[in-house]
Amino acid sequence: MADVPDTAVAVDDLEDIDRPADARSRFKDYWRRHPTVVVGAGLLLAMAVIALAAPWIAPDPLRLNPINRLKPPGEAFWFGADFLGRDVYARTVYGGQISLLVGFAVAAIATVVGLSIGLVAGYVRWIDAIVMRIMDGLMAIPGVLLAIALISLAGASITNVIIAISIPEIPRVVRLVRAVVLTVREQPYVEAAVSVGTRLPKILVKHILPNTLAPLIVQATYVCASAVVIEAILSFLGAGTPPEIPSWGNIMAEGRTYFQFAPWMIFFPGIFLAITVLAVNILGDGLRDSLDPRIARRM
Amino acid sequence: MYAYIIRRLLATLPVMAVVGIAVFLLLHLTPGDPAVVIAGDYARPEDIEKIRESLGLNKPLYVQFFSWAGAVLSGDLGTSIFSNLPVSRLIEQRLEPTLALATATIIFAILVAVPMGVIAAWKAGTLTDRTIMVFAVLGFSVPVFVIGYAMMWLFSITLGWFPVQGYKPIGDGFLPFLRSITLPTVALGIIYVALIARITRASMLEVLTEDYMRTARAKGLDNNALLIRHALRNASVPIVTIIGIGIALLIGGVVVTESVFNIPGLGRLTIDAVLRRDYPIIQGVILIFSGAYVLVNLAIDLSYTVLDPRIRY
Repeated sequence: MADVPDTAVAVDDLEDIDRPADARSRFKDYWRRHPTVVVGAGLLLAMAVIALAAPWIAPDPLRLNPINRLKPPGEAFWFGADFLGRDVYARTVYGGQISLLVGFAVAAIATVVGLSIGLVAGYVRWIDAIVMRIMDGLMAIPGVLLAIALISLAGASITNVIIAISIPEIPRVVRLVRAVVLTVREQPYVEAAVSVGTRLPKILVKHILPNTLAPLIVQATYVCASAVVIEAILSFLGAGTPPEIPSWGNIMAEGRTYFQFAPWMIFFPGIFLAITVLAVNILGDGLRDSLDPRIARRM
Repeated sequence: MYAYIIRRLLATLPVMAVVGIAVFLLLHLTPGDPAVVIAGDYARPEDIEKIRESLGLNKPLYVQFFSWAGAVLSGDLGTSIFSNLPVSRLIEQRLEPTLALATATIIFAILVAVPMGVIAAWKAGTLTDRTIMVFAVLGFSVPVFVIGYAMMWLFSITLGWFPVQGYKPIGDGFLPFLRSITLPTVALGIIYVALIARITRASMLEVLTEDYMRTARAKGLDNNALLIRHALRNASVPIVTIIGIGIALLIGGVVVTESVFNIPGLGRLTIDAVLRRDYPIIQGVILIFSGAYVLVNLAIDLSYTVLDPRIRY
């Protein structure tokens, strides 16, 4: 996030030369230069471990226990119990699986589709004119609304949620990739490749694609963060993950009615959601500065 | 300059055309028979037939599109399936709360974010700068409904300073209106504040290193004149641009905020329509919001000619 002057990086690189290259000091060195990447990745990793370990560290998130309904947080129920006596801790921990799955899947789909469209659009002029008009139009439609409309038509399921969130994210990736391609295509080495008769697919994949990777990775983290938030929003509004699956948005949606006297149903999944989004965003900011300080200005 | 304004005006036409086609096609691209989807799970065959008839779904696609687009252009957004009222009237009834919330949020965000960004850039590298930037990253990461509920719990339920939920129209008096809209505005505004503050800081940092800034300082201008008249003015184009792009974020946030604080605006209208599969309403609301986004960004593009006379088109 902070603009690192190019010279500072150069000085750091010089210091690297006489530094012992064992793993531990390499990590310490990286930590000193890019603390945000380490903190972000660490937090995200912790969230992933908690979500994946859910079956071993949490009780059944669906077990009804009516005697304990709306029980405040305590020894038996760490995060309290919901209106059916289900364990909010278990539901929150399991909810992480949905959020992370949606976040990573949307980031992967939007990046791959956006990259393919952006590469071709940036290089082939006549396709560019058409594709970019379509992308401009899609970007004018608020993403949350587009996703809500898609899900209300296609029906609530995790697959549909992933597709519905990916579609509004794709134009952002296309724009970024196209912008990179437009500058790279004028480089002498691309001209050279064209002049010796290299075919278009090879030029795109071998000479242009590698240049898009650094900004693309950074963009993918932002797409991931935004997807996690939108999944929670959709579920919270009742147009997302099916209500029987405990996702953070669903737990919070169920807690709305009881908020005045049982706020834990909203606060605990909310805190987990905020930490996850924060982790991905810090990771993205750190990667942006770490991979290439110059792209900071383009984002 | 006039050529630029006209070109920019014309450029909104294809964008709105794509929005229109996308909104229209949504219903037809999703799997299954649209009439069956709209009618819902418990519909009888004759209900489905009635919907097919009333929406003209038995005509060829391009005929449907042109008759729909023609109606939209003349202000007819169709008829609600659930209430049988014109969609344009339903939208009109819900416009005030949404417009009030969105306007209040933009004003709040600009008034808080721009000074924050300017101070952070001025004090770059100090504790003040770090604190502001940590807030910006946090504000960008905590989703609006988490902030909304946290504020509601603290200020309404625990301290009792504000009403817990609901909306009071301006017509009922300005003070009750202000009280009902304060928490939603702040909750919705925080992500926007974070976004604008970051860009303001980055843009100011770039300007502050310019030669004319050193000249201005050398000629003994005081700090305020320096920062505001010389630096902020020159840093304004990216700031105004991000305010426009952020409108998309704001619109998504409005829908959620209205749900959290029980405000009867366009967002609530949309959510109720989704639950009842009232598709004409969803189409209408998306068109209105997209149109608003395109118009705001058009206004912003045109404002560049005033903000930065150096830009030649």
